Amino acid sequence: MSWVTKTLNSTLGQKLLMALTGFFLILFLVVHLAGNLQLLIPDNGESFNLYAHNMAINNFIRSVSIINFGLILLHVVYSVILTKHNKKARPVGYAETDASTNSTWASRNMGILGTLILIFLLVHLRGFWYRLKFGSPDKVLLGDTEVDNAFIIVVEAFKNPIYVGFYVISMVFLAFHLSHGFASAFQTLGINHKKYTPLIQKVGLGFAILIPTLFAMIPIVMYIQSL
Amino acid sequence: MNLTLKVWRQKNASDKGGFREYKVKDISADMSFLEMLDVLNEELLEKGEDPVHFDHDCREGICGMCSLHINGKPHGPSQTTTCQLHMRSFKDGQTITIEPFRAKAFPVVKDLVVDRGAFDRIIQSGGYVSVNTGGVPDANEIPIPKVLADEAFDAATCIGCGACVAACKNASAMLFVSAKISQLSLLPQGRVERKERAEKMIAQMDKEGFGACTNTGACSAECPKEIKLSNIARMNREYFKASVTTENV
Ligand code: HEM
Ligand code: SF4
Ligand code: FES
Repeated sequence: MSWVTKTLNSTLGQKLLMALTGFFLILFLVVHLAGNLQLLIPDNGESFNLYAHNMAINNFIRSVSIINFGLILLHVVYSVILTKHNKKARPVGYAETDASTNSTWASRNMGILGTLILIFLLVHLRGFWYRLKFGSPDKVLLGDTEVDNAFIIVVEAFKNPIYVGFYVISMVFLAFHLSHGFASAFQTLGINHKKYTPLIQKVGLGFAILIPTLFAMIPIVMYIQSL
Repeated sequence: MNLTLKVWRQKNASDKGGFREYKVKDISADMSFLEMLDVLNEELLEKGEDPVHFDHDCREGICGMCSLHINGKPHGPSQTTTCQLHMRSFKDGQTITIEPFRAKAFPVVKDLVVDRGAFDRIIQSGGYVSVNTGGVPDANEIPIPKVLADEAFDAATCIGCGACVAACKNASAMLFVSAKISQLSLLPQGRVERKERAEKMIAQMDKEGFGACTNTGACSAECPKEIKLSNIARMNREYFKASVTTENV
């Protein structure tokens, strides 16, 4: 396997792993959002609880979620390796730089944006995932099966304006991360073509605006409903 | 015009170095940036001081020898080489900060002179065609589509100045290496060794201590020869393809 490790340990190989895991995370965002949007269905959380229950008992989904955790970890580990390597490549910095004229702010701050997203992910997992898995969540009857009342945990969490604010701001960071990351991952994979690159960039920008906005909308709406 | 120059002075590679301020007077707007530094150096020599060391050779924008990070940008405010930058790009009374290109792989030799030998070693590792291509062939004997010829020629205009490395937040050499890989892999004579070339040149690039690519695009935006980012994508393709298909286990 030496050629595999050699390739994946090169700067290009490490970026390839960043791009592939990034793509997977993009896909995960879409699936996650589809689930979250069920919170807004006005049926007292029935759809959402059913969805959460099905996620928890389906073995395929559970394997995917373990892979998902693994890939987030890989994305984070390689972001640390790459960012450190890149810092080391310029031990003495410039007294004066004028970077805003040659590149976007997001592209220059992927490490900071990623770290802020990571902090959000940890708080987010502690608040929802951990409580469902290891806490003792309330039960609710769905037809004749008793399931965890995931809905009520979310309702309670989004009564807190500080948590809602934190959530919304984190989605702004995600938006900036994606505004560069989406198109950048294509370039890393070697996909750059006169016909498609302008489209990829537009779709990337649209994705970076739309997905985080929809995510952020949910806590805002639920907070207003709780008033 | 009269200017204040903040110039990086450093005796040798091991010296810590620091900025020194100089005033230059009666500079013509038609002078090139290097001619302005010549004026400064003549004054310094007259005073018996050590002149400011900087790299240059052709002074017509084709050799890639001149460097300098001027007011926060490699080769200064316009997208050209420092030797082709003219003083009309600056205002009377302005302060100009002049630093060497900064990268671990480009150590400072003295003042503003950096050692860009890392680029030479990358070329030596595979940036050539090793088969004898014979004498000049008849026109159109080797059919090459015009689009490919143009693309290869565009990549071949890279003069190896290192501004891409200087501009990149990661001090990455991807634009340079991708231009060299593209130029050869697009043409029939270079295709023969394209896989080994990609593997060897990228291994050498990493060995020299250049950073990775975050795809910020700063390199291409500052490149005096407007080398395109699509070359980096091509290099990635060449490298990944080579890695899975060569006989080198
Ligand atoms: C759902 C969350 C996330 C998504 C969808 C995502 C997506 C992406 C994508 C698509 C890229 C571009 C890859 C490329 O340039 O080829 C990227 C780059 C990056 N990500 Fe993430 N990411 C996420 C979370 C994180 C986290 C938690 C971190 C960690 C600290 C992080 C750190 C980075 C860094 C540092 C880069 C740039 C690496 C470089 O080229 O220098 N990301 N991300
Ligand atoms: S790619 Fe452009 S900036 Fe980089 S070495 Fe070649 S000519 Fe200079
Ligand atoms: S001195 Fe040759 S390109 Fe500037």
